Amino acid sequence: MSNTPLVQVEHLTRYYSQTRAVNDVSFNLARGEVLGFLGPNGAGKSTSMQIITGNLAPSAGQISIDGVDLLDQPKQAKQAIGYLPEQPPVYRELTVDEYLQYCARLNRIPRSRIGAAVATAKDRCGLGDVARRLIGNLSKGYQQRAGIAQAIIHNPAVVILDEPTVGLDPIQILEIRALISELGKEHGIILSTHILPEVQATCNRVQIIHHGRLVFSDSTSGMAHRHATTSLIAVFNNAPDVDSLSQVNGVERVEPLEDGHMRIHYSDTDPAEALVEQAATQQWRLCELTPERRTLEQIFIELTCSEAPLHEDAA
Amino acid sequence: MILTIAARELRSLFLSPLAWSILAVTLFILAYLFLSQIEAYVSLQPRLAALEGAPGVADIVVAPLLADAAVVLLLVTPLVTMRVLSEERRNGTISLLFSAPLSMTEIVVGKYLGVVAFFLILLGLLALMPLSLLAGTELDLGKLAAGLLGLTLVVSAFAAIGVYMSSLTEQPTVAAVTTFGLLLLLWIIDWAGNRQMEEESNALAELSMLRHYEPLLKGLFNSADVAYYLLVILLFIGFSIRRLDAHRLQP
Repeated sequence: MSNTPLVQVEHLTRYYSQTRAVNDVSFNLARGEVLGFLGPNGAGKSTSMQIITGNLAPSAGQISIDGVDLLDQPKQAKQAIGYLPEQPPVYRELTVDEYLQYCARLNRIPRSRIGAAVATAKDRCGLGDVARRLIGNLSKGYQQRAGIAQAIIHNPAVVILDEPTVGLDPIQILEIRALISELGKEHGIILSTHILPEVQATCNRVQIIHHGRLVFSDSTSGMAHRHATTSLIAVFNNAPDVDSLSQVNGVERVEPLEDGHMRIHYSDTDPAEALVEQAATQQWRLCELTPERRTLEQIFIELTCSEAPLHEDAA
Repeated sequence: MILTIAARELRSLFLSPLAWSILAVTLFILAYLFLSQIEAYVSLQPRLAALEGAPGVADIVVAPLLADAAVVLLLVTPLVTMRVLSEERRNGTISLLFSAPLSMTEIVVGKYLGVVAFFLILLGLLALMPLSLLAGTELDLGKLAAGLLGLTLVVSAFAAIGVYMSSLTEQPTVAAVTTFGLLLLLWIIDWAGNRQMEEESNALAELSMLRHYEPLLKGLFNSADVAYYLLVILLFIGFSIRRLDAHRLQP
């Protein structure tokens, strides 16, 4: 049982009349994994999430949650899912306590454990102070938290959060990120977001979806390795010419930039040490040396801005 | 699980001023009708006393009251049922139900029972009016029971149609208008037939909600009439379940 992935999605496709919103998406989610789902607006993130949670039926493909097929045994499969949609599904006319009690009952928590489950969920999402207030009167941030509390109240194996930190203030965002990391220890989490640093902070795997296709999937640590530095930015007060810089061991190419900045490309060995040594002996007066990281943002932009070929493919 | 949904539905109704104002206005109008029927009865009483086997209070006061109540409820039902499913869809709270371990049947039946519970409260209060006559006179309780059963069935059928219409749209007002239109059509559908050929009108009369209600008001319990209402309820509940399923399949 421990080998079966928590969520197994195979060849998921979904049409909205003629438009293919999700196109042959397959992935797995293991226990203890936090998966970040990235993509520009309208890429199919929310649709995929709605399908995985049973809110939409796929046009083709298979989904199993904790080894249970979502389409064949929806009730059993849904028991293992907690879902926060884009818009928190809260009833404005109920208080936070009433709402969470209702959610607890809907998720078939035994009557004797409802009180404890509500208390834990409130505690985890910091809702203690507003427990008796009407949800309609709360700020967007608190409504969002009530939505998250609802998703985790039955302690589901899989928690699916669609843009969970929208509308929260910076401190709440940190709290929610901490909560997500904590939940990620024992549960599997799928998280969609626009905020790239959030993915780097909380997720251990990233997927980028574009035009309904999965165009990138990697672990965050693997990404740091694979897309590691391939260039340095150096600033010299007494800049040498390009040729003498190129002589330095390991340097492949030197690209002069404005303001005395130099971009130094390399492939195998990092020339940083050699550079510093040379700079010291030749008195280039090196005053800045920064490795240029290929950030998630760059990868994201690279993948999602190359629209033309993907578009042809999808059509 | 069905009861949990039904209880929340009922609670939400009473948390908004809508349910209270509907109860107040409906009961006020019905009380007025009730009192005017009593007045009519009082003025008829001397002549009735002379007759052998004359119609009693149940015929002169209760039956017209319940008949009028059905018309008033026809106007009121769309207002109660309009937001049942449409508002959940509009606010996105429907996904709370969709992602919980619930079947579509449980969702629809739960919602429906919540609405019916509201109407049962309304009918319970309404029933107190004729029952208060027991303090001063004799009342044919059998006829009253048959009439109330009829009204309960009529309202339950109204509610089923209302829930279905609410599942069709995201706009509560659209649901209200279409519910009202369909209810009114089913109410008066036999009028058109009246002037036509006999056979033709029979088929239409069978569809009319009014035609099946009248015998019950007279104290006549006919299983065909009861079956008619149960069929309407089952049909529209079934439609609503299918409709919610379709919503999942095709947005």
